[in-house]
Amino acid sequence: MTLFLSAKDKATVKTFWAKISSSGEEIGTDALSRMLVVYPQTKTYFSHWKDLSPGSAPVVKHGATVMAGVGDAVAKIDDLTSGLLSLSELHAFTLRVDPSNFKILSHNILVVLAIMFPTDFTPEVHVAMDKFLAAVARALSEKYR
Amino acid sequence: MVAWSDQERSIITSIFSNLDYNDVGPKALIRCLIVYPWTQRYFASFGNLYNADAIKTNPNIQAHGTKVLHGLDRAVKNMDDIKTTYAELSVLHSEKLHVDPDNFKLLADCLTIVIAAKMGSGFTPEIQATFQKFLAVVVSALGKQYH
Repeated sequence: MTLFLSAKDKATVKTFWAKISSSGEEIGTDALSRMLVVYPQTKTYFSHWKDLSPGSAPVVKHGATVMAGVGDAVAKIDDLTSGLLSLSELHAFTLRVDPSNFKILSHNILVVLAIMFPTDFTPEVHVAMDKFLAAVARALSEKYR
Repeated sequence: MVAWSDQERSIITSIFSNLDYNDVGPKALIRCLIVYPWTQRYFASFGNLYNADAIKTNPNIQAHGTKVLHGLDRAVKNMDDIKTTYAELSVLHSEKLHVDPDNFKLLADCLTIVIAAKMGSGFTPEIQATFQKFLAVVVSALGKQYH
């Protein structure tokens, strides 16, 4: 069961992702860097990092990790709930990231997409990606309670 | 009262002095109506909004997008008291236009995306933080007079 994604949404996401996936690491790094600067409260989850500045080594590494997860979600777009089960358990029981932060990171991913792909990131692609990231966030918080 | 550093003030005035209102305003409004289609509820009198292409070519939306963006000019000129500057506009949006104030954030997010696309890598994390802070103050001021 996929949450609120139409066939058109999924097609749009897959097509757009095919265009941008080779830039996955760059997108992840920039999105994470921005999130830490623009929403400083998110830094509370990374107090164990030595350097939280944009483009620092831990930010680059983690940005890549996060975007690899997004890419995985694209591949499992037809059933995010079961596809992201282990990631959901990780976020619920180990990371315990407040779900409001998924929205924050999603917003920053969208900003980076607008910056890097201004012509391709049309309103139609924007709405599909926004819905997709919301669905991913929902799947990741499935196990929270 | 919100505190602004000199750098923040210059970032905001710079963004707005380099803005093509007739381009960015409509683009932001169009994006809002497509990405958050329920916002179309406020534009029933604007004519054909039945699909993305209709929204993109609707002349009423064009004009209104420019108008809304110019609405931010007074906030740029009065950054030290946006709340008072927008008291009247807040009453208008509440009493006359009946706009759910949660929608202000949606338009603000779309404007951020449009500006980001325009400025490219020039839209640094610091500039994004300042721009979003400015829009958050505007959004808050516009919701202040609702009761």
